[in-house]
Amino acid sequence: MKRIYLDNAATTKLAPEALEAMMPYMTEIYGNPSSPHYFGQQVAAALDKARQQVAGAINAEPGEIIFMSGGTEADNTAIRGIAERYAKKGRHIITTAVEHHAVLHTCKLLERQGYEVTYLPVDEYGMVTVDQVREAMRDDTILVTVMFANNEVGTIMPIPEIGALCRERKVFFHTDAVQAVGHLPIDVKAMNIDMLSMSGHKFHGPKGVGALYVRKGIVLPPLIEGGAQERNRRAGTENVPGIVGMGRAIELACDGLLEKGEKMKLLRDKLIRELPLRIPEIKLNGHPTMRLPNNVNYSIKYIEGESILLMLDLKGIAASSGSACTSGSLDPSHVLLAMGLTHEVAHGSVRMTLSDETTEEDIDYVLEVLPRIAERLRGMSPLYKG
Amino acid sequence: MYTEKVLDHFQHPRNQKEVENYNGMGMVGNAKCGDIMQMFIRVNDDGIIEDVGFKTFGCGAAIATSSMATEMIKGKSVDEALKLSNAAVVEALEGLPPVKIHCSVLAEEAVKAAVDDYHKRMEEKAGGAESGKPADEPEVNGSAEA
Repeated sequence: MKRIYLDNAATTKLAPEALEAMMPYMTEIYGNPSSPHYFGQQVAAALDKARQQVAGAINAEPGEIIFMSGGTEADNTAIRGIAERYAKKGRHIITTAVEHHAVLHTCKLLERQGYEVTYLPVDEYGMVTVDQVREAMRDDTILVTVMFANNEVGTIMPIPEIGALCRERKVFFHTDAVQAVGHLPIDVKAMNIDMLSMSGHKFHGPKGVGALYVRKGIVLPPLIEGGAQERNRRAGTENVPGIVGMGRAIELACDGLLEKGEKMKLLRDKLIRELPLRIPEIKLNGHPTMRLPNNVNYSIKYIEGESILLMLDLKGIAASSGSACTSGSLDPSHVLLAMGLTHEVAHGSVRMTLSDETTEEDIDYVLEVLPRIAERLRGMSPLYKG
Repeated sequence: MYTEKVLDHFQHPRNQKEVENYNGMGMVGNAKCGDIMQMFIRVNDDGIIEDVGFKTFGCGAAIATSSMATEMIKGKSVDEALKLSNAAVVEALEGLPPVKIHCSVLAEEAVKAAVDDYHKRMEEKAGGAESGKPADEPEVNGSAEA
């Protein structure tokens, strides 16, 4: 059976060029980059190169990049680091209701430690405005953390505007850009971003590696103690093959980024346009235009997401859902609920995230298969009276 | 994550229908939690469930447990149907992931709700006849149901 992978927001396929770049560092080039001898320095040079590649992709300086295990660690390091270091200045943090759990759970932890967190509500598209951030700001606000683009519904937040506001008010600004890096143009200087989290496997790099950009001048305590690696900012021997692979992958992702984005947008918009013509009573989740070029998210009313995913999988299509049954909890996605969806409609969400390898044929196949699945499941649903 | 048996019942649900002239119907669960099961039974004069059907809004496990439960009570007496336990449904499906056990509980509850509804209808019918008052439903429908 032909298999179509439309879950690129969960993870992506490793680029062959990235694997090729990594291979020597898993075999013959094995030194510890902290060692002063030839073996170590050979590897230290590879880390330098990867640091330049990652910094170059977001217009940062190489010294502003800290390699770590992934986006979750980057979010934890940034938020907990600012909270700890600037607690004397204030204990108030502003974030949004639709962040990834790496941010939300970290904020909850800080609340238990006596910090105050404002969770900005979002509109029906999952968007916050710069005015909401401005109104939430207090004298004791030390950090604003707003995701660059939402992982579930793809909505792109007004990052440059929030960045400008934070810079003007001298409040640190962190963005979880895990879904945006390698998909949207990012310039940390022009956008006034102080800290930015990224994850290698979301842009065709390897898993288990990510980076935190921290603007020069901001000193964060390390989350992980135990060594002088990453200039005392993250202890532990570096994941060298992972870092090298991420460096190559980000370079590839940013090469022709806009063209690849336009190509995906055409296919994305075909799905967004044609699904409602073939399936009555479905609702687009997320912003119609301010959304990631590869994200499609629809709620199919009267049916449940996990059933849709299982049926799609049986037809060779891999997708994802915000239903409770796929999250391991009883509640559906906090993002969809924050956007005002009822539980029932949130349970029926299906997310399809494309890659630049997705073809029009793939999309046509989805357009053929998904309406039949919706009809079949609606036929068994006591909620459907059509 | 799911056994082959679960996937089989999910892909080929048994008795997925609204039973004609049913005389017992139960609906359990709620949309908030993401599972709603509706169970229809038609019980004959001997108290045997001669036809059964279900409609379910829910995940793969919810559909599979509904389907299995209908198979397990079809042709049985209503008293036997009341003895159907969620554990028996899970066993018949050769296991469910721990987070999906509540689906089997829902299937058990749906069967019980349908049987309770059947008993209620029978009592109403009998009560209506004893007191000499006309039953809520015209006699023609009542006899058609029985």
